[in-house]
This record gives sequence, structure tokens and C-alpha cells, in this order.
Amino acid sequence: MKKEFPLLLQLFSQKKPVEQLTESEWDLVIRQARAGMLLARLYHVLNTKKHLSVVPKLVMRHLESAKVHAEKQQNDLLWEVRHIAKVADKLDFPVLLLKGAAYAIGGYIASEGRIFSDIDLLVPKKNIADAEKQLMLNGWLSSNKDAYDQRYYRQWMHEIPPLVHMFRGSVIDLHHNILPITTSACPNADLFFESAQSMDKYKNIKILSSVDLIIHSAVHLFYDGELDHGCRDLVDLDALMREVLGQKQTNVNPLSTRAEELGLQRAVFYAIRYTSKVLNTPVMFIGGTMNTGRPNKFILCLMDFLFLRALMPDHASCNDLWTSWARWLLYIRSHWLRMPMHLLIPHLLRKSWIRFTGKTAH
Amino acid sequence: MNQGLILKVGLFSFNIQSSIRSLSHNVATLYQDYPDELSEDRTRFIDFHICVEPPNLWHKYYKGQVQFFSDGFAPFTPLPYQHAPAMIEWGMNWCVAQQMNTHLIIHAAVIEKNGFAAIMPAPPGSGKSTLTASLVQEGWRLLSDELTLIRIDNYHVSPFPRPISLKNKSISVIKQRYPGVVFGIESTDTSKGTVVHIRPPKLSIELQGVECLIAWVIFPKYEEGAETELTAKSKAQSLMDVADNSFNYSRLGALGFDVLKNVIEYADCYQFRYSQLDEAIDAFAALELPE
Repeated sequence: MKKEFPLLLQLFSQKKPVEQLTESEWDLVIRQARAGMLLARLYHVLNTKKHLSVVPKLVMRHLESAKVHAEKQQNDLLWEVRHIAKVADKLDFPVLLLKGAAYAIGGYIASEGRIFSDIDLLVPKKNIADAEKQLMLNGWLSSNKDAYDQRYYRQWMHEIPPLVHMFRGSVIDLHHNILPITTSACPNADLFFESAQSMDKYKNIKILSSVDLIIHSAVHLFYDGELDHGCRDLVDLDALMREVLGQKQTNVNPLSTRAEELGLQRAVFYAIRYTSKVLNTPVMFIGGTMNTGRPNKFILCLMDFLFLRALMPDHASCNDLWTSWARWLLYIRSHWLRMPMHLLIPHLLRKSWIRFTGKTAH
Repeated sequence: MNQGLILKVGLFSFNIQSSIRSLSHNVATLYQDYPDELSEDRTRFIDFHICVEPPNLWHKYYKGQVQFFSDGFAPFTPLPYQHAPAMIEWGMNWCVAQQMNTHLIIHAAVIEKNGFAAIMPAPPGSGKSTLTASLVQEGWRLLSDELTLIRIDNYHVSPFPRPISLKNKSISVIKQRYPGVVFGIESTDTSKGTVVHIRPPKLSIELQGVECLIAWVIFPKYEEGAETELTAKSKAQSLMDVADNSFNYSRLGALGFDVLKNVIEYADCYQFRYSQLDEAIDAFAALELPE
């Protein structure tokens, strides 16, 4: 497929020089960035490359406003982490932060200008009840009262239903793995704890190792069907890969090696493929074969067709006739990957029944 | 294809699109004095691309509802067709209040006289809009009826003059007092009752680039039968109350506090009770200018 990527992504991949943007191109860039939740990220990328001086004044107002918003989010997040750390101190097992929260407290470039939503925690499966209880005693209550949902999450998923803080409203997703246990590729979660990084500032809070952060980001993006933040997540992956793998020019590719240990080659393959295609991430240079985890030709063709659409910013200018189909098919695919048929079909039937009756009740 | 109308409102440009007749008619009535040169020049940067349309055929034909979109994103739930004129006004406020942090943004009316601004932060129902609509007919310049934008670098108010929204009883009050005022289309049965917007004075739009300092912070309260009463309000309490009425005070963090502290330190702060508009207008005319 030989098409131009959206202007915003051309800026991120440095295919389009910033100085060349016309005023109406800036208009489009800002709109795509806003839709992709990447406005503050764009500010940071331009700032790092010392390109802010060429940004027109009118445009700058939007970038600066987004930066303020992102800083506020980051502040709020660190405040919540302090509270979680207090809870963690009372536990006799490790508590790992995942995704955005991990990038932020680990000081990764990917956290600069990132918009955060929920806080993801990982604890050993056998300790999940203890963790939930301690969080509850500190104000985080299960928001979901539906018995079916509770059972669905607790029996089949890799996380329990979201916990919402009764006063501050912050949301915690408490995980014991990074994929549902019903997924065939579900990795051994012990491996994550063994290689987790300790943090100087916190006694009992750790984060995934740098390479595992990349792998988790890849798994999240390529197994999870909710692609509303797809473009943001791809930009995360690009930043993580450049930062973590960029300096190490060894023959051993830590990413492929680790993917094999965890049995997650497929997700890593897609991560490498689409970051390098879309954002020009220099992963070929990093070494390692591009072939571990490579699906057959037909599947690859199909995935290119779907992902190269679904991973674009959610903005009208980035869509073609197939974009919404691509997002829908990937949503179906994620369910297909996450659950075997004999569980999936009753689940989807029940979901659609609830949705149907819920609608008619209004 | 219809590319939309581009209007310059204060610091911002809006590209407005809609296929709804009543809405375009209303926009044409209320916004006739605003600069629209950008509509001819499609090569410029536009701050906000907005539209009001039915979200789909179901909403269009079965439910008779329309939705506000900020560049494809819908921040509100759909509303009945006849609310479209009000919806676009709320939507334009949303664009600025939720997305801009170059200013401390207060939910307050702001008017100017002799180069100084009076801001009136007040919850709905306090008579803020009725008072504003009257004062701008009595020699005050309208800077904004809903959003006071205070620059974070020099604490000046940037005008954002917009049609003033009147609700329920105040509609007939203003119609009787000022027969020359141009009214838009009424949106009936909204969550706020009947809402209608009136065209801002031409001079306010011509001067929409002229910023000024805040000399007075006045918390108005309409109370039936009340004596007109302008009483000094403590600066500490005023700061807290303005912060409560701000959209992005906490988003701006320490900077927000800093800006507000400077504003409150400079301005005189008052509580204002009134029931008679004539007396209210006199009270405002008697406000003392800063030295």
C-alpha cells in the first residue's frame, strides 16, 4: 500500500520538515493531533528538536494549552502514585505499575506530553484479593455492581473490574497478567516480577523492565480491540523503542530474545513492523530478525490493510472508506484472540442482549 | 460543497458549518457585525472547526435531534432541533473553556468603561446576563457575557464578545427596556428554560482586540424586592469564589493561583444585591476608577 501517512505522523517521523508547513497545513496537523490525543506530545517532540521557534503564534497557543493540560495530568498521576505507594507499603508482595504510570515514574521520554487515563497495576495472581482489600480500605471501590461482569472479569480476564476512588475519582485497573488467561498467548506473569525495576523513590512499587514495557505496550496495542488511543499507543511504542533500544547496538536483540521467552513474538513483530512503517522507528538497525513472529503472507497482507488504517489518528482527514470497518474487524479479532469459542459466543450474545434491552428500555 | 462560515470572535477564529436553516439564520442575525474575511481565504489557520448536525439518520428523522461537533468530537448529548441555535453558542464556549490554557478562564460576564474592566462571576440565576445586557446598552463595552479570559502573562482581559444569552423572564424585561436590541431565535424547553441570544453592540465587536485591566470584581445577586446594595467583599473570599467559578484554575496549577492573586490584589471586590435595573445601572456608573 503506497499512500501518504497523515501530516501529523509525517512530522513525528521527520519525513516532513516542520519549517515547510504552511498555515493551512498547521491547521490540519493541530486537528489530527487533537483527535489523536497527541497535541501535548507534539509540543514535546518539537521542543526536544528545538523546532518551537518556527511554530506560528496562533498555532503555538494550542500547543501550549495542551502542554498545560498534560502537565496537570502528570501531576495528578504522581499524586495518585504516592497514595498507591502507601497502600503498597502495607503489602508483602510487589506492586508493579504498568503503561503510562510506569513511563512517568520511570522518567521515560514516552511520558512527556502524554495524556493519562486509568492507572494500571500488576500484582501476583494469588495476591489479588489482598491487593484489592488494601486498595478498598484506602478508598478505591469496585465500580461495577453487575454480578455477571464481576464473574466474567474474575474468572476469565487478566484484571478485576475497575476500582474507582470514592473521593478523588481516580481509576485503578488491577491486573495479574497482561493478557486474559483464556488467551493462548497468555505469558507466565512470574517472569515480569523477576525482572521488574525497583524505583529509588518508592519502597514497594516497581515497574516492568524497559524491554517488558515495550512488549506490554505492543501486546496492549495489537491484542486489545479498543483502538481509540491506537495512534497514541503507536507513538508510545516508537518513543520507548528509540529510547530503550536506540543506544544498544549489539548483535543480540533484547526485544526478540525477551519476546521468545514470553512467547509474545507476534505482538512484537507487529510493533516493529508498524512503528517502522508509520513512524520510521529505526528498528531494523537495532538488529534481530524481522521474522520471528511473522504471520503468513495472507494474514500479513490483511493485517497491514487493517492496522495501517486503524492506527491513524481518529480524525476525518485520516479516514478512508475502510477505516471504520478496519477498527470494527480488529475489535472482533481481539475478542477472537482473547477467548475460545465456547466462551466467546455466549458472552457476546449476552452483551448484545443487554445492549438491545438497555436501548429499548430508554 | 459548503465550506462553512469563518468568523473572528475575539482572539479566536471559528469555522462554523451547519445544514440547519434556523441555525444559519440565527448566526447570520447575531454575528452580522463580526469580521468574516477569513471565509474568503481558505489558507489560514483556524482555531476551531465546529458544526451542528443530526449525528445520524435515526436522530434526524426519528428523534428529531441534533448534536454539536467540535471537529468530529461530540462533547454533549444530542438535543432537539429547536435547541440548535443555543447549542452552537454553548459549543463555542466549550471549545475555548475546555481547550485553551493561555488564559485563566472564569465563568463570568465582563464589561469595560474608561479603560477598566468589571468582571461579574456568578452562578446561573443570579441575574448576571440581564444586568450585562442592560449595562452594555448604558455605555459599558461588552467583553464577554459568559467567559472572562485573563491573560496569564499580563493579567489583562482578552475580549471574547459574543451574543448575550437571556433566559425566561429576562427576555421580556430587555425587550421592553431596549426596543432597539436585536433578538435571535428562541430555543424553548431547554434545560435552562427558554433561551434566546441578543446581538452584541457593534462597538464591542469593533474593539474586540482591545484588552484591559480588571478594576472591579463584582458578585451580583438579583433578589426580588431587595434594596440596591454594593458592599465590599474580603479579598480572600473573593479569590476563593472566583476560583470556584473558573474552568481551568486547577489545570493551570500554581500559575492559576498567581494570576488570580494579582487580579484580586489590584481590583476592588464587591457583593452586589439588586432588584431594580435602573438603580443597578447607577451603582455601576458610580464605581470609583483606580488611581
